[in-house]
Amino acid sequence: MDYLQYLRLDKMPHIWCDGCGHGIILKSILRSIDKLGWDKNDIAMVSGIGCSSRTPGYVDFNTLHTTHGRALAFATGLKIANPRLHVIVVSGDGDATAIGGNHFIHAARRNIDVTMIIYNNYIYGMTGGQVSPTTPSRKKASTAPYGNPDEPFDISRLAQAAGAAYVARSTVYHVGRTDKYIEQALTKTGFSVVEVLTPCPTSYGRRNKEGTAVDMMMAQKANSVGLERAKNMSEEELEGKIITGVFVDKDQKSYLTRYNEVVEQARNAK
Amino acid sequence: MKNISEITINEQWCKSCEICVSFCPKKVYEMGRFYPIAARPEDCIACKLCEKLCPDFAIIVTAPEKPDLNKK
Amino acid sequence: METPNPNVKMWQGNVACAEAALAAGCRFFAGYPITPSTEIAEVLSRRLPMVGGNFIQMEDEIAAMGATIGASLGGAKAMTATSGPGFSLKQENIGFAVMAEVPCVIVNVQRGGPSTGLPTHAAQGEVMQSRWGTHGDHPIIVLSPCSVRETYDMTVRAFNLAEKYRTPVILLSDELVGHLTEKVEVPPIEQLGIVNRKKPLVSPDKYLPYELNESDIPAMANFGDGYRYHVTGLAHDETGFPTNNPEKIQVQLERLNRKIDRYRDDIVEIETHYTEDADILVISFGSTARSARRAVINAREKGIKAGLLRLKTIWPFPDREIEEISAPVRKIIVAEMNLGQIAHEVEWATRRSKPVVRVNKINGEPITPNEIFNAIIAQD
Repeated sequence: MDYLQYLRLDKMPHIWCDGCGHGIILKSILRSIDKLGWDKNDIAMVSGIGCSSRTPGYVDFNTLHTTHGRALAFATGLKIANPRLHVIVVSGDGDATAIGGNHFIHAARRNIDVTMIIYNNYIYGMTGGQVSPTTPSRKKASTAPYGNPDEPFDISRLAQAAGAAYVARSTVYHVGRTDKYIEQALTKTGFSVVEVLTPCPTSYGRRNKEGTAVDMMMAQKANSVGLERAKNMSEEELEGKIITGVFVDKDQKSYLTRYNEVVEQARNAK
Repeated sequence: MKNISEITINEQWCKSCEICVSFCPKKVYEMGRFYPIAARPEDCIACKLCEKLCPDFAIIVTAPEKPDLNKK
Repeated sequence: METPNPNVKMWQGNVACAEAALAAGCRFFAGYPITPSTEIAEVLSRRLPMVGGNFIQMEDEIAAMGATIGASLGGAKAMTATSGPGFSLKQENIGFAVMAEVPCVIVNVQRGGPSTGLPTHAAQGEVMQSRWGTHGDHPIIVLSPCSVRETYDMTVRAFNLAEKYRTPVILLSDELVGHLTEKVEVPPIEQLGIVNRKKPLVSPDKYLPYELNESDIPAMANFGDGYRYHVTGLAHDETGFPTNNPEKIQVQLERLNRKIDRYRDDIVEIETHYTEDADILVISFGSTARSARRAVINAREKGIKAGLLRLKTIWPFPDREIEEISAPVRKIIVAEMNLGQIAHEVEWATRRSKPVVRVNKINGEPITPNEIFNAIIAQD
């Protein structure tokens, strides 16, 4: 496929570091969109702040680069005002689950008709490698020089618990699966989330001696466990593993469907 | 009619991460002084994994018009 | 028996605000419960779906502001309403709306502060916050109503100014006006002079969302109109894309500020009573101006040449009007439910050429006509 038709060529090359997996995720998004044959005019991509949130600047859609953590709030208003738009939110682990954590769980609860792709690299990359809500316990960050004392969030489980209609996790190494999940998420009615683990060799890998981007992707391959297989594994066996797969895929009324019912009720009540 | 893949590497966009060199199942690439080189394009099976995994949109693989099925 | 006029309503200030928003074409409201502004959300939750519009109660004040901006970019006239603490929370995204030039209306029904303060009592403590609440140099339009009918008119005007100048507009009400119930004769919709945003006339490949043009106000395409542009809070050039080029940043930010400054005569509104021959000028705004008006009338009855200047637009500050009207007077009294936020600006506008006496109260109680009257007598 021709990726270039979706890019703003004068903005390339992008700002992401060598070996950063963000570009791989963006390609998965573009392949899925291409497969669906959507008109570029009907797509809006919304982001917050951070490395991942620079994505909209490179793609030839209606693009909105908002404030830190708030992409889902803006996206909610945008989708409601113009339901014809396919609204895609791209976010990072810090943007989505620290400063934007409240919006994340409520978007899921509300089942707003938006797809969210979360680039999870365990770190605040843009600001130079500070600890994030998904940094694994004891791993080092510029603000966790003795190792992260906290337990991390499991983003997919969080989305599942909060009520999202579709939740899947993949890694940039598993590019075929990522494509499939993103395509499923984009066509899902309601709030859909795809969490993609992506290496940050610059700010996370180096500090934690995890090697190059290639080494980090090889580790993704070695440590990934499919959801079905994980069900038969003990907690000790799952230590340090990445559980991939589709966590949720359910049909439930989306926000817009429910609100249209409200409009009907209000009009009849008049 | 060409029967080997055409592999183009955009050196303006490539950041030399070596993902293509490492993950090509047929070891088509070698690392040059700064950028990867498609050293053995005749071995390419046009799976496009390198293209999909290139984070910098720097690789374009054009499959041969008539793929050589014996290569697999 | 006379038939009742269906256009005459007994409305609370907050109800008038909600109804005016609908009349102005507002079709999206995002809010979060907070006293004393909640009635605006309650009314719109019932009324918006009736007209096919959207009401949404968001998870917090920040989200309500974000959703409002998102909806406006999607093409809807959008509003949010809040009070003190919620207004603080919205500030970052208000700055985004200023920077990205997204029209929207933010209602702040002021209550006592700081912090949680006095949720059910009036104050006027957000004069400065409404001007400088968000970071960085930026322009803003702030209107302040003193009655229910004026709440209606100013809400419509807030939307019109937002659309005309591609900017957020703040309606700075207060608990007294918000919760006051008065008779309102609702103007017919054709008298409202509804303004809609200027759409681009050029083809998408020629569209510059932040164009430097003669009017300083770039045309605005809605998302989905086929223009596929980029919106960011980062410093950007005419194309909307981020830039680090100092010349381009300077020229854009100067235009952003000039866009409001050069039209200040269109934006600034004041009202005067008995100022022609006034010796003592009372300056006030919002609910306090009602007490000030009574005090001035009482003073006139006692033969004291007092006059009232009421600020309807707070920002851009009516400095020229104040300077001109106060030129012949001997003394100025500024009455406000804060510790002198407007008085300070008045001193600036008059270049400290004459005494500015402050009548302030910050305990949640309104300033009474008598308190202002006593201040007038003391100066006579």
